[in-house]
Amino acid sequence: MNALSITFTLNGASVRVEIDPADRLLDTLRYRLGLTGTKEGCGEGECGACTVYLDGLPVNSCLIPTYQVRDRRVETIESLDPGALEPFERCGATQCGACTPGVVMTAWWVHQHSEFLQTHTIRELMAGNLCRCTGYDGIVDAVADSLGKR
Amino acid sequence: MRRREALAKLTGREQYVDDLPLDGFLWGMTVRSPAPRGRVTAVRFAKDVDWSQFVIVDHRDIPGANVVALIEEDQPVLAAGYVRHVHEPVLLVAHPSREAVRRAVRAIDIVVAPEPPALDFRLAPTPEQIQYGPDNVLKQLKIEKGDVERALAHAPVIVSGTYETGAQEHVYLETQGMIAHLDGDVLVVKGSMQCPYYVVKALQHALARDEAHVRVIQTPTGGGFGGKEEFPSHIALHAALLALKSGRAVKLIYDRGEDMAATTKRHPALVRHRTGLARDGRLLAQDIEVVIDGGAYVTLSPVVLSRAIIHAAGPYACDHVRIHGRAMFTNAVPFGAFRGFGAPQTQFAGERHMDVIARTLAVDPVELRRVNLLRDGQTTATGQVIRDGTDRLAVMDRALALSHYHEKRDEHPAFNATNDVRRRGMGLAMFYHGAGFTGGGEVALKSRVRVAGRADGGVEVLSANIEMGQGTLTVFTELAAARLGLDPDDVTIAQADTSRVPNSGPTVASRTTMIVGSLVERAADDLRRRVGLDSTARGPTVKQAIARWHREHPGKELFGEASYEKPPGIEWDDKSYRGDAYGAFAWATYVAEVEVDLRTCATRVIDFTAVQEVGKVLNPTLARGQVQGGVVQGIGWALMEECKWREGAMANNQLTNYLIPTSDDVPAIRVDFLENPYPHGAGGAKGLGELPIDGPAPAIVNAVAAATGADPRVIPLTTERLMELMESVEFGVRSAE
Repeated sequence: MNALSITFTLNGASVRVEIDPADRLLDTLRYRLGLTGTKEGCGEGECGACTVYLDGLPVNSCLIPTYQVRDRRVETIESLDPGALEPFERCGATQCGACTPGVVMTAWWVHQHSEFLQTHTIRELMAGNLCRCTGYDGIVDAVADSLGKR
Repeated sequence: MRRREALAKLTGREQYVDDLPLDGFLWGMTVRSPAPRGRVTAVRFAKDVDWSQFVIVDHRDIPGANVVALIEEDQPVLAAGYVRHVHEPVLLVAHPSREAVRRAVRAIDIVVAPEPPALDFRLAPTPEQIQYGPDNVLKQLKIEKGDVERALAHAPVIVSGTYETGAQEHVYLETQGMIAHLDGDVLVVKGSMQCPYYVVKALQHALARDEAHVRVIQTPTGGGFGGKEEFPSHIALHAALLALKSGRAVKLIYDRGEDMAATTKRHPALVRHRTGLARDGRLLAQDIEVVIDGGAYVTLSPVVLSRAIIHAAGPYACDHVRIHGRAMFTNAVPFGAFRGFGAPQTQFAGERHMDVIARTLAVDPVELRRVNLLRDGQTTATGQVIRDGTDRLAVMDRALALSHYHEKRDEHPAFNATNDVRRRGMGLAMFYHGAGFTGGGEVALKSRVRVAGRADGGVEVLSANIEMGQGTLTVFTELAAARLGLDPDDVTIAQADTSRVPNSGPTVASRTTMIVGSLVERAADDLRRRVGLDSTARGPTVKQAIARWHREHPGKELFGEASYEKPPGIEWDDKSYRGDAYGAFAWATYVAEVEVDLRTCATRVIDFTAVQEVGKVLNPTLARGQVQGGVVQGIGWALMEECKWREGAMANNQLTNYLIPTSDDVPAIRVDFLENPYPHGAGGAKGLGELPIDGPAPAIVNAVAAATGADPRVIPLTTERLMELMESVEFGVRSAE
């Protein structure tokens, strides 16, 4: 195991970490940097619970080697403004909460890129985030609500 | 009121077991059997690993009985020289590095001398496959009402059918996990679970510790659906054994692959119906045989079987009913609790069978249900008189109206006739779900709840019932606040820590709101009495009295308490399986509209309506969310969630090839409630959590039958299964209705 030292921008601040080349970004965030808001659901890029932004794009952090984010920009759930989440609270977008940070990250990205709603439905755009509790209505309603579409 | 912990969950601040800060701990892992049955002849440790760096536990390290205490004492904590299913735990390994422990598990070879496994619960076992009793029957139960043989002999029409349902994986988004450590001489285990006192019982039994030396703490639980009812006891024991041997804190978290492969699933079932009918469709006799796959140990299968057979005849009046149920031993990974607990399996069969009857007799499926639906004063299969005043026909009529059932059913033939590749159909299911433990179960549990008065005049609710997404924290807050006239901010809910909270029973069986919630109300009443107030005192008066009590009794604890009392008039005889199986039933009719693509045989649910009567709805957002989530889980079970088996173990134990519905696979779920307050439930509520998974599968499969003319009897009705059926249906056949 060769430790590598890399730097990247995390939630607006520069961080330096010693990593193994095989480390996943998800584990670096959770176990090295203490940002446990990002959850592991499946570890193979199916469920979206570990969604973070890499250079502004939502990605599954379980599929990203930490080495790949050197000198790049990563944002996690901890960077979002809780004040923007009121529709999610009101519409019942969270139940058990294990998928929720990933759902919120994708939903917020959709909110910031609402031009995609001209070509895609909310249900299509949210299909990369599995939820086992809500049946999705609470989530879809919250996204629509936050976009003023309800 | 909004969900109490919503903001913590939305911001990622909620800490689940794997999020808790922990220093100097070991990662634990489980080494499992590679074979379904046989004697363990050797355990080989690879030579290129320095095993002195690892903590290793086997069955000889268990201080008490090598048994996971539940109903029967047949399931070992760790296999002692003999394995009965693939993935059965044999060894435990721990190390500070998670990667090192993963490599170590791969470097241990469990050698098994194979013996013939029983792998198909539907087949009678061969003599060499017998491993439980004389016939591999784990449990047998019978319900008898009237004289079925005589009624069948005189029935003008008999319709028979056989139906099968597959296993289902829970896929709670948070996988299972536990942390164990020693605090002085007290063993502390915390983690994701539904039933803290089940875990206490299991730890006491296998680790030979008294209750004072075991403390179990539930951490925020990322979904359960029954999957965290009995199984967490295993992980708790494993983590505890490693912690006791190493003297260190041990964290044991399953990854998704291990979780799907090694933990419980919904019992597969086979149900046969033989139904005697009048020509107009009135039920004269129901003869029903239910067989479920229990897997390799008894676990909860007898109780699942019980709920399965009690619900098997459906919400219909019939004077002559015989239901015979068996749970079979097989060398499969044991099946376990899953939302609905046997009732979805038998109600799929029953409601699909109703449509088969309707087609056979050429009667309208709606009218068939209408003439047979239980009226007040009539009895269920166990002889329970239904007299709750619920207008069950109104539930059905509301569902038909909201779904535009009749209009769409009239329009579909034209759509189907003009469309080359798409077929649409409507289907419905009428069903019920008994809330709380069956029969005398609640009496045996003797659940207790406390509501403590805090020095600041606020109150704290102490129970062992947990939040796993279904809303316990919010509903208990609302109930306590409403009872005492307090602001919800004056109410806190204690963490389910067995060193503090009384045993209010498990968080299962749709019992938390209805039964434990009413204990919260009564414990609040008791608290008010103890501070010298009568039952009319509310709000500031209560708050001031509690604060005053504390000033007058410095350093003392103040709490009100309530324990379960059977509502009057409920009688159950477990020997004859006669009587009042449940204090209350919730009633529902669900309607599905599907579209089938004849090229791919893919079925899409394009519209879904769920109408139910669940007593008083306490929190509309939470209640709607329970229904929508249950329906979508039911859509998955009906159409896509298929466990592929290899020697009794799940071969597709990944979310890549075990598919659950995404937001784009399902329509918006239309939900409506009729409310008929239940006098013995908290705030008038009945149980709700499980009901919604009983109805989707039969409604959807009935709709596919209506759309295609096919006659599906097995779920999941995957594209492959429907394609095979369609090969026997002439293409171009229009809707059968």
